[in-house]
Amino acid sequence: MGENAKKEMRTPIETGCPDGFQYMHPTMRKNFGQWKYHEHPRPGVLVHVAHSGEEIWTVRAGTQRILDVFTLRTLCDIGDEFADGYVRFTIRSNIEYMVSDKDKVQPLIDALEKEGFIVGGTKNSVAMISHTQGWLHCDIPGTDASGVVKAMMDELIDEFRNNDMPNRVHLTTSCCQINCGGQGDIAINIQHTKPPKINHDLVSNVCERPSVVARCPVAAIRPAMVNGKPSLEVDEKKCICCGACFPPCPPMQINDPEHSKLAIWVGGNHSNARSKPSFQKLVAAGIPNNPPRWPEATAIVKRILSAYKEDARDWERINDWIERIGWPRFFELTELPFTKYHIDNWRGGRKTLNSSAYVRF
Amino acid sequence: MKKHDTPMIDELENGPWPSFISGIKRLRDTHPEKRINEMTNDLLGQLEHSYETRKGYWKGGTVSVYGYGGGIIPRFSEVGNVFPASKEFHTLRVQPPAGNFYSTSMLRQLADSWEKHGSGLVTFHGQTGNIMFIGSTTENTQHFFDEINDYGFDLGGAGPCVRTAMSCVGAGRCEMSNVNEHKAHRLLVNNFTDDVHRPALPYKFKFKVSGCPNDCMNSIERADMSVIGTWRDDIKVDQEEFKKYVEMKGRKYVIDNIVTRCPTNAISLNDDDSIQIDNQNCVKCMHCLNVVPKALQCGDDKGVTILIGGKRTLKIGDLMGTVIVPFMKLEKEEDWERLVEIAEETIDFWADNALEHERCGEMIERIGLVNFLEGVGIDVDPNMVANPRESSYVRTDDWDDEAVKWYEKADQREKDSA
Repeated sequence: MGENAKKEMRTPIETGCPDGFQYMHPTMRKNFGQWKYHEHPRPGVLVHVAHSGEEIWTVRAGTQRILDVFTLRTLCDIGDEFADGYVRFTIRSNIEYMVSDKDKVQPLIDALEKEGFIVGGTKNSVAMISHTQGWLHCDIPGTDASGVVKAMMDELIDEFRNNDMPNRVHLTTSCCQINCGGQGDIAINIQHTKPPKINHDLVSNVCERPSVVARCPVAAIRPAMVNGKPSLEVDEKKCICCGACFPPCPPMQINDPEHSKLAIWVGGNHSNARSKPSFQKLVAAGIPNNPPRWPEATAIVKRILSAYKEDARDWERINDWIERIGWPRFFELTELPFTKYHIDNWRGGRKTLNSSAYVRF
Repeated sequence: MKKHDTPMIDELENGPWPSFISGIKRLRDTHPEKRINEMTNDLLGQLEHSYETRKGYWKGGTVSVYGYGGGIIPRFSEVGNVFPASKEFHTLRVQPPAGNFYSTSMLRQLADSWEKHGSGLVTFHGQTGNIMFIGSTTENTQHFFDEINDYGFDLGGAGPCVRTAMSCVGAGRCEMSNVNEHKAHRLLVNNFTDDVHRPALPYKFKFKVSGCPNDCMNSIERADMSVIGTWRDDIKVDQEEFKKYVEMKGRKYVIDNIVTRCPTNAISLNDDDSIQIDNQNCVKCMHCLNVVPKALQCGDDKGVTILIGGKRTLKIGDLMGTVIVPFMKLEKEEDWERLVEIAEETIDFWADNALEHERCGEMIERIGLVNFLEGVGIDVDPNMVANPRESSYVRTDDWDDEAVKWYEKADQREKDSA
């Protein structure tokens, strides 16, 4: 770097997280902490009523999440013309417009729908899939979560727009087993089935070998000399194909066009409501990673959703529903095979086994 | 400019859901700036190549802005010779305003800055909670940051550091709010700006704040330190509203969907259709409040529950957070200072004792909760366990001393509440 360039460098202003209060709708600022109740007049719309009697109406819409600036400006135009110029984004990347006047709600919905955005995603809907970057930007992706999500939401659009489910359904996708998408009522995640393929020419230059050895959850990696070069080798009998070695050591390629499959997990629930938060459980694996539209994965998700919709009672999330009907019935209703791979053998896995005489016939 | 053929990803322009591919094509085809047209054209080319070969072609590296060590996700293309205009395609992680609130004018300002320096692609928000400005060259990373930093935005975390935090809509709109979520969020994360910008911790550390136990921020599962609004007095009941609800939905519905769904059997329906709640046994599961928000409200003696150690799979398996503070008030200035102090002591102890690449929850799993609590100076409490120890493999030499401590604390609590 030249001296001149160095001089121009400005020191960052370390302000951290900005105050959101300045961007809040005035009615929300005025009634901050003074809300009394809310109602849900129709899918995609919430009304919150303050103790003061004032109301704030929210219209929620699904977008493509990866926004181009044109789309972002269209969303702003709608906000300026049909709302009050204030928005927020939900944790599942939906946009929300807040207005204080009920009469603005319908024109706002019309404007959003006219531009192709999908109003919905509230209460007992299938919410927008929370997802990761995939091939578009990630350095370790086994698939393109953005593409899976687009293809799947095309098929689930009516479930997003309506409130026909027994309770809300949160879907997630992740392009590797780190699972950035998080826990979901239904999660569609990459599951590798073969050990990493190692490029021994590159390992010693690219990877810090001891930390790669330390990353392996099953101690299957050890230092080795290969073709006269320091490298790493994998005990393939021990390897669980999790891909943990790939981020710190890119020459240990875990992604495989054929053998990186999709798996589906159900019953992950972040909420404390009715029961403690729960992790998702494996129900289907070996599903082809089949771009550009991944029809096999979508078909299984739809099967699970339709069984849930048919059989669950009001307010049961997917985990509550399976808790009531039991796993044998779940596999029966969804027509998914139960295999030896469903039985957990990781440490602490015995607590997931049935140690009782509770059996449904 | 020759446009790449993209037959596979073109398939993602079909169907009713908004298409991100169509959005990228708009940048390629209609943006006035040639730099953006070429960058997005090559991005589409590389993405098509990934779809054909089912492989990713981005590699990490080292990119940051002057004065910081993190905040950027560096992406260099492995096939940059074929797709040169997008061969550097870094993401800037930028911290959103607490609660994810924006005015349209601020969004426009961000869009203007971004198209000046970047690809024109942006996500609100990534899974950690950052605004993701996707696609910038190494050089423009600095220019874009300088511009938005001047009007109040700062980078988030990337790498082994304190990460961008998250809070729910909270008191801004929700009647379930029990704490000023945005204040807690900003107080915590902004106390650690140095640890956000200069990665030097064992691994990532995330704060998430939810205003009630519905935990819309997924903090128990996804945050190393989870702060959840709660209350310890009675649920407030508007019996007239509740009776109206019973009249509208019927007694069977109310029994099946409220009474029997209470996880601690703390609810019964009276003969006159009013509701009776055994508040001492309410665990704040939120279900009944969610069903009848018009009739049931959180109590007035509000505060927070704090959990530590949530995380996903790598390396030892999924872990939920564990309660370390069952309840604390956040009213007086010293309460808020104590909240920050708990975070500081947790991060200090973890930074001193964790292995490389070990999350806080994994460290607790390895050393035991008691060693962690002693390290951060927090007393044991039965709210921290689902049940007491089941294994008899334990030395209890100092049982009498510990029992005395418990009774002394009980006396102290009695004095405090008197």
